[in-house]
Amino acid sequence: MNVVSEGFSGRQQAPGVNLLPPGQYLTRDFPVLSAGPTPKVDRRVWEFSIVTETGQEHHWDFASLLELGPEQIDIDLHCVTGWSKLATRWGGVPVEALLRAVGSTTAQHVLARSYGGYTTNVPLADLLHGQAWLAYEYDGAPLTPEHGGPVRLLIPHLYLWKSAKWLRQLDLTGASQPGFWERLGYHSYGDPWKEQRYWRD
Amino acid sequence: MERTAVLARLTWQPATLQAVHPETPTARTLTLAVPGWEGHQPGQHLDLRLTAAGGYTAQRAYSIGSAPAAETVKLTVEVTPGGEVSPFLAHMAHPGVRVEVRGPLGGWFVWSPNEAGPVQLIGGGSGVVPLMSMLRTHRAIGHRAPMRLLYSVRSPDALLFAGELTAGDQVGAADHVTVVYSRQAPSGDLRGPGRVDAADIATHVLAAEDSPKCFVCGPTPFVEAVNELLGRAGHDLHQIRAERFGTGRT
Amino acid sequence: MTETPDFLDGNAAAGDLSQLFGTDMTHVSGPCLGCGQRVVIAQAHTFLGGPGTVLRCPGCDTVLLRMVRSPERIWLETSGMGYLEFVNHP
Repeated sequence: MNVVSEGFSGRQQAPGVNLLPPGQYLTRDFPVLSAGPTPKVDRRVWEFSIVTETGQEHHWDFASLLELGPEQIDIDLHCVTGWSKLATRWGGVPVEALLRAVGSTTAQHVLARSYGGYTTNVPLADLLHGQAWLAYEYDGAPLTPEHGGPVRLLIPHLYLWKSAKWLRQLDLTGASQPGFWERLGYHSYGDPWKEQRYWRD
Repeated sequence: MERTAVLARLTWQPATLQAVHPETPTARTLTLAVPGWEGHQPGQHLDLRLTAAGGYTAQRAYSIGSAPAAETVKLTVEVTPGGEVSPFLAHMAHPGVRVEVRGPLGGWFVWSPNEAGPVQLIGGGSGVVPLMSMLRTHRAIGHRAPMRLLYSVRSPDALLFAGELTAGDQVGAADHVTVVYSRQAPSGDLRGPGRVDAADIATHVLAAEDSPKCFVCGPTPFVEAVNELLGRAGHDLHQIRAERFGTGRT
Repeated sequence: MTETPDFLDGNAAAGDLSQLFGTDMTHVSGPCLGCGQRVVIAQAHTFLGGPGTVLRCPGCDTVLLRMVRSPERIWLETSGMGYLEFVNHP
């Protein structure tokens, strides 16, 4: 049992907010957490691919991404480490706008790959129907490297570790392939409203 | 060391803030009373955990600045703006506040008084804290091996342990302290403000031929830069031990 | 306000690692399977505060060791190191 440190309240905001998933606390900061050095990829050299389960590849650069119809994204963020940040504003392209180029697929799962080697997995269905974006702006400005720029994945209905920073590629796969954290204790799906943080949650 | 004694130190144990001593407008030294604490090796740190009413916890690692002693340790905390733990420890916490500690930790970034060779300490900002444990131990036991400290600090009002770090040699002491300023130097300072560079290494650091053991501590960019300079000055990289403090917010 | 990630070294992971192994881990060393360099845990480039603790080779950034803690479990993988060499205290 912990002793209580009198007078310490930490980063958390006042209790009473009922917009948060269980076990989360509200923060006004935007913590930067990483598993490795921050890749520095200029928009002019950024390349993105979708690779299908048959090995077919589809490529985009930043200019071709912009042509797909960007939109404003207002979302809440929930990090598995406990903090939630509400009402964040991003700019980006819905993932399904890119998936349209792929056409039909039998794949049901996706492995997202980042510059620097990070990976995370998500069911393909969770990237459709306005649930996910490739984001390249935050708070009205180009997305900075420390927050995953030039382009990151955003899947706000799942814990933030699924929103891969420095996005480089999406692999469409038949079976679910666990990513970087999913292979070491983290839940394969990661629904914050069901508090699916770890295996067996 | 007896196994049960080692295990006991690696779990959280309660501690009480016993005294606070301001060092600068943004830093102060905390004396913690830790029942059962058996001491530490100079250079080691401890993890400190705070718990808010309601159970929210935050923990940070802090280097121990005091020389080894039973039952008490001294930490020196510098406020980082926007931090969550440092403002509480450096400004708000008053004697009587209860915390938890785990340690002492770290058996690699350690100077043992058993060692007879010369020692070069290089600290940037609050990186000087674990080096102070080494210097204080060296002085307390009258160790005869040369020990030098090169301490880089932003400005005169950021100088920690000012009372103990008088420039130049103390009579009869085997240690020597040099303070250099990175942004703002006191009037009359001939070096002027600037980051540690090759000239500072050549002037103030024990020669590579003496094979000193070097301890470098501070923010990561400082440590990387100093290690590079030491390497170029001919120091064997295996003789350099470093501890990097983050540049982020604590 | 945006915060910068902490790029630390293995000294910062001493508490969690040492508690798990029951002994100091910062002096432990081993070869990086990415580049062969012998790395001391104390000098590994260390990333804390995220979903887990990650230690990387200072030479090539290969992930040497990762640790995840849940309220009930700790997971550790060291597959980036060829072996772990401890000092044997008789």
